[in-house]
Amino acid sequence: MAQALTELALGDHADAGTSRAARCVTTILAVEGMHCGGCMRKVERALTAVPGVVAARANLSARRVAAVHGASGVNTTDLVEALDRAGFKAAELADDAAQPAKAADQALLERVGVAGFAAANIMLLSVSVWSGAAGDMTPSVQSLFHWLSALIALPVLGYAGQPFFHSAAQALRSRRLNMDVPISLGVTLATAMSLYQTARGSEQVYFDAAVTLLFFLLVGRFLDQRMRTRAAGAAANLLGLRGSAATVIEPDGTTMRHAARALRPGMRVLTVAGERFAVDGRVVEGHGEVDASLITGETMPVSVRPGTLIYAGTVNLSGSLVTEATATDQHTLLAEIARLMAAAEQARGRYVRLADRAARFYAPAVHILGLATFLGWLLTGHGWETALTAAIAVLIITCPCALALAVPAVQVAATSRLFAKGVLVKAPDGLERLAEVDTVVFDKTGTLTLGEPSLAAGQRVSDDILAKAASLAAASRHPYARAVVRAAEAAGLAIRPAAGVLEVPGFGLERIGPEGPERLGSAAWCGAGAPHAGMTAVCYRAGDGTAVAFSFEDRLRSDAADVVSRLHQAGFQTELLSGDRPAVVEAAAAHAGIRRWTAGAAPGAKIARLEALAAEGRKVLMVGDGLNDAPALAAGHASLSPSSAADITQTAADAILQGARLAPVLEAIAVARAAHRMALQNFAIAIGYNLLFVPLAMAGLVTPLLAAIAMSASSVAVTANAIRLRTMHLELAR
Amino acid sequence: MTALAWLIPCALLLGLLGLAAFLWSLNSGQFEDLEGAGWRALQDEEPGPHK
Repeated sequence: MAQALTELALGDHADAGTSRAARCVTTILAVEGMHCGGCMRKVERALTAVPGVVAARANLSARRVAAVHGASGVNTTDLVEALDRAGFKAAELADDAAQPAKAADQALLERVGVAGFAAANIMLLSVSVWSGAAGDMTPSVQSLFHWLSALIALPVLGYAGQPFFHSAAQALRSRRLNMDVPISLGVTLATAMSLYQTARGSEQVYFDAAVTLLFFLLVGRFLDQRMRTRAAGAAANLLGLRGSAATVIEPDGTTMRHAARALRPGMRVLTVAGERFAVDGRVVEGHGEVDASLITGETMPVSVRPGTLIYAGTVNLSGSLVTEATATDQHTLLAEIARLMAAAEQARGRYVRLADRAARFYAPAVHILGLATFLGWLLTGHGWETALTAAIAVLIITCPCALALAVPAVQVAATSRLFAKGVLVKAPDGLERLAEVDTVVFDKTGTLTLGEPSLAAGQRVSDDILAKAASLAAASRHPYARAVVRAAEAAGLAIRPAAGVLEVPGFGLERIGPEGPERLGSAAWCGAGAPHAGMTAVCYRAGDGTAVAFSFEDRLRSDAADVVSRLHQAGFQTELLSGDRPAVVEAAAAHAGIRRWTAGAAPGAKIARLEALAAEGRKVLMVGDGLNDAPALAAGHASLSPSSAADITQTAADAILQGARLAPVLEAIAVARAAHRMALQNFAIAIGYNLLFVPLAMAGLVTPLLAAIAMSASSVAVTANAIRLRTMHLELAR
Repeated sequence: MTALAWLIPCALLLGLLGLAAFLWSLNSGQFEDLEGAGWRALQDEEPGPHK
């Protein structure tokens, strides 16, 4: 297994890996935040610098790195920590994560290559027969060419056709019909008949058609499968990154790093500032503030003291906190939400893809037509040979070559167009569902808004005070402090980080300056009166001067109102669904121009609202980012999530939006609708060509030449039509 | 028609060469990381061990 992994992951270092496999093992890590060649190099360098690591090779497409190291002496924690120091979050992947799918991808591509080789060479021979048949080619040469075609076609069909034969056999065993049954039947009958005719020296030989058919079908199947593999790989990466390690305080007072899954209730876990809590638990030591947005959807930090309950996945913002675990690993609220999400996703799994719906009526129709042709010729007094030849021609002509390419070709064109526009499509059927949407439900925090506090507009704070406050704030990673720094930067002020700044957990920042103590922190601590109710504020005070208050708001994304109004123009209904307080939600809804809103919605309530909308017959697109949105994302008919979203939320979403703007939502819907139209057009092309050629085939007028041309032409037409989608001008319209 | 005696094997051999090249590139991981390969070409020196 280790050897196989080495070869898969290390590419051209495979030889090196194999020869050392006896002493070395390969660890595969998922790496977050690796986006360019520079990152790739940093990752590889960080790992090779770890003593004991022989080689490291990053894979930018898969966002993974394979490290070859000695079987003993190096453990995964060392590797993860080395990457952490280099600025990359990483996690070990289970051996089986997405590897079998990858191997299946490769095996399918091999079959495509072999079928392509055979198709080209047999076509070469066939073209000479067709062009020579009318002229000076002797029957013996013609026969030689047919035998040569048979020699190439037989082994190739046996090898490259396996995926179809297996699938057809499986379907028949469970008494079903799928697309692969007519394909297998057509290919097998055509080959057998051609072999018989070759032996008799006849001209009705279909090897070229059978192999070309198989080649096009394999291409379609490969495109489809690669998209699934990519989605599965991304999901495995995300889930791998979710489970991290935690520092445990042992009963004897020493600290130890433990993997998240080795934690048990009752353990005391130390969480430093900036770290995510690995367990649900109760604070036993320390004061501070926690960013609970992942669970509650609220932007503003929550202050905690001994006795406060905290949840796994939330982030400690200030000071070290010791918590006593009450729930760990699979029993945390985080895991509970993941299960809720999985349940909701199963319900959506009942969606039947367009291609499968087409297959339902197409497969039986093909068989009936073939059988009718055979019986018709037989009953009108012709021999079984003539009847069978005509029936095979029908099967070959109707073989859903263009049909099999129709949807995958469109999807590839659509996903690559969206990728260029900053939308990463994950679910293979996500585009189809996105096209049917008529209602858009937004989450507030982090979706409609930026999800980080910024200084409220319209405040009168002098530049001098702002600069001083920012020089204190530069020392902290607290969201409010960062907001002050950003505001100062936006005002064009020079920020000089002050020396000797002390962070007092739960209160603020302090520095003993020339004018006495300078403080930036809570109102009470700065000696100002309590802030207005519902208003979050931080005060700045230097020495005995008056305290100046800064208030914060979670600002809307710059194009939120524009996107909402364009959705309304295009006839969509919009709604805001948030876990935040009513006053804040109402204000955000008013700003964005959304009329219907719900505040204080827990994850379960969000699902209930979506189900109510679905019961009204609406197809809902859910756009959300928090972990509290994950179940709702899975429950919506289609779902999008910004790239700033929690890992598990991204897993639940059909597509992920990159960047700080919401406009890609419009593009995603527009492209999905165009893709749907294109898929239908492609079906029309495929069926139109069938209407033209099936009567000819039934009448026994289709020669091998005509069959080959018709099949290639329809495949090319379908693919060319799909490629138009990449450059087409699209506007979201009613 | 004697030309066929060497033309056909020739054509088949060339086709097989192409197929062999494709299968080799596939199995040696040339298509593993299409995104990263482009970046690697721009790097001055290859990090990691040399064979």
